[in-house]
Amino acid sequence: MAGEEHRGAAAERGPSGGPGVPALEVVGIQKWFGSVHANDDVSVAVAPGTIHGIVGENGAGKSTLMSIVYGYYQADGGEIRVGGTPVTIKGPEDAIAHGVGMVHQHFMLVDTFTVLENVVLGVEKGYLLRSTLSEARQELERLEREYGLDVDPDAIVGSLPVGLQQRVEILKALYRGADILILDEPTGVLTPQEVDDLFRILRALRDQGRTIVLITHKLREIMALTDRVTVMRAGRVVDHVATAETDRAQLAAMMVGRSVLLRVDKEEAAPGEALLRVESLAVRDRSGVLRVHDVSFTVHAGEIVGIAGVAGNGQSELLEALAGTLASEQGTIAIGGAPVPAGGRAEAARAMRRRGLGHVPEDRQRMGLVTAFDASESGVLGYHRERLYNRGALMSRGAVVDAVGSTMEDFDVRPPLPTLRTANFSGGNQQKIVVGREMSRSPDVLLVGQPTRGVDIGAIEFIHRKLVAMRDEGKAILLVSVELDEIMSLADRILVMFGGAIVGEVSQEEADERTLGLMMAGERADGAEAAGA
Amino acid sequence: MEAVTWIVLVIDATLRVSTPLILAAFAGMFAERSGVVDIGLEGKMLGAAFAAAAAAFATGSAWLGLLAGMGASVGLAMIHAFACVTHRGDQVVSGMALNILVAGLGPVLSLAWFGQGGHTPIVADTARFRPIHFPFADRLSDVPFIGQIYSEIVSGHNLIVYIALGMVPLAAWFIYKTRFGLRLRAVGEAPEAVDTAGISVAGMRYRAMIVCGILCGVAGTSLSIAQNALFVRDMSAGMGYLALAALIFGKWRPVPTLFACFLFAFADAVQARLQGVDIPGVGIIPVQAIQALPYLLTVLLLAGFVGKAVPPKASGVPYVKER
Ligand SMILES: Nc1ncnc2c1ncn2[C@@H]1O[C@H](COP(=O)(O)OP(=O)(O)OP(=O)(O)O)[C@@H](O)[C@H]1O
Ligand SMILES: [Mg+2]
Repeated sequence: MAGEEHRGAAAERGPSGGPGVPALEVVGIQKWFGSVHANDDVSVAVAPGTIHGIVGENGAGKSTLMSIVYGYYQADGGEIRVGGTPVTIKGPEDAIAHGVGMVHQHFMLVDTFTVLENVVLGVEKGYLLRSTLSEARQELERLEREYGLDVDPDAIVGSLPVGLQQRVEILKALYRGADILILDEPTGVLTPQEVDDLFRILRALRDQGRTIVLITHKLREIMALTDRVTVMRAGRVVDHVATAETDRAQLAAMMVGRSVLLRVDKEEAAPGEALLRVESLAVRDRSGVLRVHDVSFTVHAGEIVGIAGVAGNGQSELLEALAGTLASEQGTIAIGGAPVPAGGRAEAARAMRRRGLGHVPEDRQRMGLVTAFDASESGVLGYHRERLYNRGALMSRGAVVDAVGSTMEDFDVRPPLPTLRTANFSGGNQQKIVVGREMSRSPDVLLVGQPTRGVDIGAIEFIHRKLVAMRDEGKAILLVSVELDEIMSLADRILVMFGGAIVGEVSQEEADERTLGLMMAGERADGAEAAGA
Repeated sequence: MEAVTWIVLVIDATLRVSTPLILAAFAGMFAERSGVVDIGLEGKMLGAAFAAAAAAFATGSAWLGLLAGMGASVGLAMIHAFACVTHRGDQVVSGMALNILVAGLGPVLSLAWFGQGGHTPIVADTARFRPIHFPFADRLSDVPFIGQIYSEIVSGHNLIVYIALGMVPLAAWFIYKTRFGLRLRAVGEAPEAVDTAGISVAGMRYRAMIVCGILCGVAGTSLSIAQNALFVRDMSAGMGYLALAALIFGKWRPVPTLFACFLFAFADAVQARLQGVDIPGVGIIPVQAIQALPYLLTVLLLAGFVGKAVPPKASGVPYVKER
């Protein structure tokens, strides 16, 4: 019932308030979280029918601003205008009524529902579902035709790959009649192919007159997609620029407040003895599917080995087996020349750590941190038994807070407050807590999974520099990343994984996007189908 | 006793025993599907049983008894919702606290109001839900099989038995075919999705708890003024927990839950029939051992045969807006 009104309102209002009037405008927004000034006098105007980018460091306040526009948080001051008219947005239902839709960083979907049920949730047309669903099915078909948003309406959402789940989020917004679509870091979890599809869809939406706000850390995407960009830093707007009149270096400098090296600066590697040796390793995932087979490689002291591959080709399982959290089916792992017992058992991960292995897990929220804990507690997870943190049977909170506090300073975590709940740090700063914890122990072998996912360019530069410094100290680093850029700029040697096997190795000098891309798609450089497909 | 008669009597008893069980299990289904774990089914039933008996005795009306039973149960459900939804308290602790409160309060109030040790006075037949006899039931009872089924199984139950059986398809229809059901299922799985869709998570959970309270109220009423004629202390005898077990065994789905209730009730009916019977080769089994049968069955089923029971993802988790 409510849904009919919403959609009706969106239809009457039309795509925009008229020529020259911004489709969406925020004026002087203020927002405090306790003592954190997350938004300080933020004003942005988004012209109708354009794609508007918002960039800024982790914790700059981008998500907060958009959550205010979507009614998820209430601003402490300032005004929101849609089509030139000031509006009050008390909750998502008001935002929807004003034609604002949002695709959240973490999808807001019911996994056990079908696509269709997810789309109609909250905007059902009547008390009985049957007519709602059949109407929605037709509407979805129309949207799919118009924007190329194909997805099976009867598929169970939880079984869809993330790229399609994201489409469901977009469909949800469009079905609610959104003229203004906000996307918060939409590409963080997508494969390159899925990113291309998303961009095609977003361009099609813009060409139909819809307005899009895009938050991202990837300046490449900003340059490729947006018409205008707003740069934020520490809760304030630094500037607005037309995309055509700027470049990545300038945007990066505006974001961070100093010039940033977009390229990693490093000397030629001087590999020493083999610190990590893996021989014919096979790994099954927790549901028993063979994910890694017959993988052998070594990582030497003083080198960074990168593992490239499209997500889901066994990299995650390989990393977990090496870290001791997943049992290996066969094969051996040796650290510093001595074989380690098979993983998967309780305490295996701890045994690995004692042998001098550090692990930055791929998914910080699930494996790296306990978001409900204080940062100080998250900052010692896995090392909490160390003598320093304990006094007899009791933990010494003071020692933990001091130690984590100084690591947070070293790794530029903002704000550097060990007593703040982990969940209240922005994504990039959560990542720095994990990276700091693992690197500050200076392990002989460091496994890093997706170290810069959702991390701003300033922090990327910082983490990359730390990784290179560790390498230069003679540590062995294994880097798993789905970001080709990252692999190509950091790794001294690159292994490509496809279908659970290593299908090729290239040195840094030989690596280019095309050859790697082909190998990642399962084709060898010579054109033959790779083994293990 | 003739085998057919024996079977008919067991089925008849199964229906009777399963009535409060079904009502309570479905009450739990609404609660847990919305994301609120309700271990307090037991307490709500017991509270309703007391309120129904007390009101029926005082007013002489079974219907007012039912109303009072539902009122008491909904009141308890609202306390639970206030603690768990509004104030995000621990759902198990709150449910348990209500159970303990009611277990003590019933007997105490009985003593205070009626001066009887832990039970209400006996409620007159006119103020109870009496068995309803369908037309020709008496005359057909002599016809073998069909007649017996009609007169013993179909006919001759109190109104609440029929209400419980009628409620099952209705509840399934609500859960799967209506807007309320869609939102209910969503809020137990992904409350953040419901919130961002512009629906109040707390509102949905309160509504679910009201439905839960009503159903538990009917269940409790059936105990005190349909199956019995008074309230006695602990008369629900763990049935609320049994209902919870049936719900898990039925994987939070209506039809399997219904059959799980039948199974537990059947075990109870059989144990009642087995008491004092001399089984060839075994002899007379001690009453206590036989009475333990349904509970033993519950433990065995839950431990071994349920397989992986996946509860609604958000059940038991208070909703906190988080990034
Ligand atoms: N619910 C909250 N409670 C307390 N502090 C918060 C909360 N949400 C955000 N903050 C703080 O507000 C600031 C801005 O956070 P916000 O999430 O908007 O940053 P962001 O620009 O989206 O960063 P990222 O790029 O890492 O996603 C940060 O310092 C963050 O720690
Ligand atoms: Mg953000």
